[in-house]
Amino acid sequence: MTRIGRRFDDLRKAGRAGFVAYIAAGDPDLNTTYQMVLELDRRGVDVLELGVPFSDPLADGPVIQEASQRALAAGATLEGVLSMVADVRTETEIPIVLFTYYNPIHRYGVDCFVKRAADVGVDGVLMLDLPPEEGGDYIAQMNEHGLDTIFLVTPTTRDDRMKLIASHTRGFVYYVSRTGVTGERDSLADEIQSKVSAICQYTDMPIAVGFGISTPEHVSEIARYADAVVVGSAIVRRIGEFQCDADLVAKVGAFVGSLIGPLREGV
Amino acid sequence: MAMNAIDLPDARGHFGPYGGQYVPETLMALLEDLEAAYGKAKCDPEFWAELDRYLRDYVGRPTPLYFAERLTEELGGPKIYLKREDLAHTGAHKINHAMGQILLANRMGKTRIIAETGAGQHGVATATVAAMFGLKCEIYMGVEDMERQALNVFRMRLLGAKVTGVHSGSKTLKDAINEAIRDWVTNVEDTFYIFGSVLGPHPYPMIVRDFQRVIGVEARAQILEREGRLPDVLVACVGGGSNSIGLFHAFLDDADVQMIGVEAGGHGIASGEHAARFNGGDLGVLHGARIYVLQNDDGQIALTHSVSAGLDYSGVGPEHCYLRDMARTAYTYATDEEALSAFELLSHTEGIIPALESSHAIAHVCKLAPEMSRDQIVVVNLSGRGDKDVQQAARFIEGVR
Repeated sequence: MTRIGRRFDDLRKAGRAGFVAYIAAGDPDLNTTYQMVLELDRRGVDVLELGVPFSDPLADGPVIQEASQRALAAGATLEGVLSMVADVRTETEIPIVLFTYYNPIHRYGVDCFVKRAADVGVDGVLMLDLPPEEGGDYIAQMNEHGLDTIFLVTPTTRDDRMKLIASHTRGFVYYVSRTGVTGERDSLADEIQSKVSAICQYTDMPIAVGFGISTPEHVSEIARYADAVVVGSAIVRRIGEFQCDADLVAKVGAFVGSLIGPLREGV
Repeated sequence: MAMNAIDLPDARGHFGPYGGQYVPETLMALLEDLEAAYGKAKCDPEFWAELDRYLRDYVGRPTPLYFAERLTEELGGPKIYLKREDLAHTGAHKINHAMGQILLANRMGKTRIIAETGAGQHGVATATVAAMFGLKCEIYMGVEDMERQALNVFRMRLLGAKVTGVHSGSKTLKDAINEAIRDWVTNVEDTFYIFGSVLGPHPYPMIVRDFQRVIGVEARAQILEREGRLPDVLVACVGGGSNSIGLFHAFLDDADVQMIGVEAGGHGIASGEHAARFNGGDLGVLHGARIYVLQNDDGQIALTHSVSAGLDYSGVGPEHCYLRDMARTAYTYATDEEALSAFELLSHTEGIIPALESSHAIAHVCKLAPEMSRDQIVVVNLSGRGDKDVQQAARFIEGVR
């Protein structure tokens, strides 16, 4: 079992929902990301998703597109992100998921990537544009190295695919709560709760819900029925806004702390 | 060569190791629906009868196969025939697949059409068929291309389409595709994405090819009627690869017919500023398919350059990748300068102003002709007309001289 599985076991015992934070690795630079990982760990983030920057992030809205561009402009590469994980792993046991498009991995070589990811202390990978049908080799490699393959379920996913996805998912299932790209929204999508129950029929894996979740109120609402809540763009937008601020890391940490607050109050 | 090209792709959309469906999960159900709808339409004679009727009465098919006598004399080699896709309604071959796809959209009950465009020809074709069927239409176009192809932007707006400028990335075709896909994953209920080339996730490379196949089917019958034999060489330009696959496909079983695709050489391969994926690219995954891609060592998609917006794209369709591996087709490139010379040459010798895209194919014929004999035959796909390019060409030609 990876750190992800152990963390969800702990959460289950504690009877509370987990908090998953997404940040774009290398935005504004990899040193800051290193500091940010440690800060988010201190603030009580349960699972950290590190976005690998890509030139053509077609599932992302403007906030993460821009973060990706900033990271690439600052020289971030897949190898750079992996090395940063190796460094930070000596200081923290926070579960780390790489959130990535397939082409950088394809280019690096799936075999080499999976070995290296396991070596540096990555726990799971979420490949945005690699459905299980195309991912046979990747899934086999990941299983062999004991890493979690996290797949997405979306509002358009029908029952037969839900079953297929559940059968290949390790760590947790990521439910994308709305159609569309990543980004903050004023209100939550409809029918999240019923979809989460539907997924539960096919798997015992924890279910995390993300896309469009941006406020402490959203977090409380989702935590009522999901095992974890994912927040991305709301955090990434603040990293963009505060990037010239000497207190960038602390300010983002405080914001994330305010999102996690509601999850702790029930304990 | 014994090959069942007609049977490709396989059930999961693969042409050998190429193609497939590398998309976010939200799109998987939409692609499944599209594949099912197309599967049904494909077996329905009424669908094809309706398409044929529109192609004849509205698009103006069949397009002529024209013997370019003065160009032939000028080059002093083989007989050169031009397949006149420039004479199709809207001035390029793009209308063939736009018409086919909108009939499919109607069958699926979709009420909103989106598309990406590079040179603007696919956008104009899509806006045209959307206007004709009274459907809402939004076209995504990189702002750099909007500037290069201002005339086509005006045409699309005149046709009632909303043209949305894309400011991200390189501000060209690949970024327009990103934005159209983002629209599609958001508006999953009512929207049909009319794809502009033999690119993207399965079933698009198959659907677009099947609708473009008519080019080669006609050309094959026309040359047999004119010459009593098949041509020796087919030449077509290759951006994503829709006009070239359209010409080539009906000839795949004719082992003696050689096929050459011409990519955009831009400022030359050594300069790094080009869009010749088979001359500097390698295997990657872009816009839903495993294909040849121009990329850097870190797997970031490279920026491309071509004087022709329609060829200015980082990837090339999966079926081309496969046919090249099988050595059934071959690929070369023409530079901006060579294409512009060909643009002028065809205008002078034949009174036909070709699109800058098609000018790349003509440019290669200029290189090929001296090595061929007078009794041989070349068919070139004149995929579009050059009216849209006149300003861009004028700027460039003045700049060079």
